[in-house]
Amino acid sequence: MGQVIVVTSGKGGVGKTTTTANIGTALSLKGKKTVLIDTDIGLRNLDVVLGLENRIVFDIVDVVEKKCKVKQALIRDKRFDGLFLIPAAQTRDKNAVTPEQMKELCEELKQEFDFVIIDCPAGIEQGFKNAVAGADRAIIVTTPEVSAVRDADRIIGLLEANEIDQMHLIINRIRVDMVKKGDMMNVDDILEILGVKLIGVVPDDEDIIISTNKGEPASSDEKSKVGQAYRNIALRICGEEIPIMDMGSSNIFVNAFKKIFSRQK
Amino acid sequence: MEFFDFFNNLFKNKKTVSKNTAKERLQMVLIHDRANVSPELLEKMKNEILQVLSKYVEINTEEFDVQLTRTKSEDGERMVPALVANIPIAKTKDDK
Ligand SMILES: Nc1ncnc2c1ncn2[C@@H]1O[C@H](COP(=O)(O)OP(=O)(O)OP(=O)(O)O)[C@@H](O)[C@H]1O
Ligand SMILES: [Mg+2]
Repeated sequence: MGQVIVVTSGKGGVGKTTTTANIGTALSLKGKKTVLIDTDIGLRNLDVVLGLENRIVFDIVDVVEKKCKVKQALIRDKRFDGLFLIPAAQTRDKNAVTPEQMKELCEELKQEFDFVIIDCPAGIEQGFKNAVAGADRAIIVTTPEVSAVRDADRIIGLLEANEIDQMHLIINRIRVDMVKKGDMMNVDDILEILGVKLIGVVPDDEDIIISTNKGEPASSDEKSKVGQAYRNIALRICGEEIPIMDMGSSNIFVNAFKKIFSRQK
Repeated sequence: MEFFDFFNNLFKNKKTVSKNTAKERLQMVLIHDRANVSPELLEKMKNEILQVLSKYVEINTEEFDVQLTRTKSEDGERMVPALVANIPIAKTKDDK
């Protein structure tokens, strides 16, 4: 039986949809049968990030209202074997789905797929409650900013209250240059504050914008560094131990020393 | 370039590095968020504490202050929220 993972953050625009698309693509490239569910009803986005916007016939509201079979709403990605999408409805609102319906849908999909990944909307209201209802574990996305980390802290509390104990953190949009100058919180700062396990660090990278323009997730590009970061996260999700990329050390002085000495090889 | 960064960082003191400011501010807001104590609730607690204590002692209300901060837990491993009160006594009620 598969696993249901919710990708959530509290704060909007920190990279949930980008993360869902890239991890999903990377998992399918590893041969895992994966379905991505967009639960951001009314603000459908995952379809365009994946480049599947022209293939939509049915959506998640059609599925839970039993207007179609689950199979009919699954959009198969022709580029990546084993990758599927259930899109959000664009003309309805978050109350069109209930947590019970989400649970039922997740249970059904788990029988068929290795991974069910849920792209959660921003906020802590109905949309969040729906997205976490059927989840076995959670990935929390944050950026190295005060407001995003604060919201992540709130989300961690709410996930605990929902009895989702397995939680992992992704720190997105790290800029090594700023971390080195001491103008951006580093990975250790954020982990110290939030006290959850890290599953990946993703650099701020223009490849994301270019790949999103094209509708081809960066994780499918062998040469992309940010794509590599997402592929590594996918491997860690599968239980492999892959070291985290160095994004500027916790101690800028030590780091500077290390750099100086490592150059004299 | 990295060499230059290194010296730059050496001469920047801890305060001017903006990530430290971010971290400190974050830690402060999270104390309130996690303890679920709003400024209004804190004000209410302050007033009630003042009422009770005033039955027995005369309090210097100007300087009376209750704040939420963090302190080491008993096992010394975690930081936990704590209320810290500063209650200056003007005089005890017995004093005539
Ligand atoms: N690592 C990154 N580097 C550069 N840009 C990024 C990165 N991650 C995300 N972005 C950009 O940030 C924006 C927001 O990303 P995304 O839509 O994935 O966030 P979200 O959390 O799903 O937002 P919402 O809360 O609105 O659903 C997008 O324009 C995306 O291209
Ligand atoms: Mg989104």
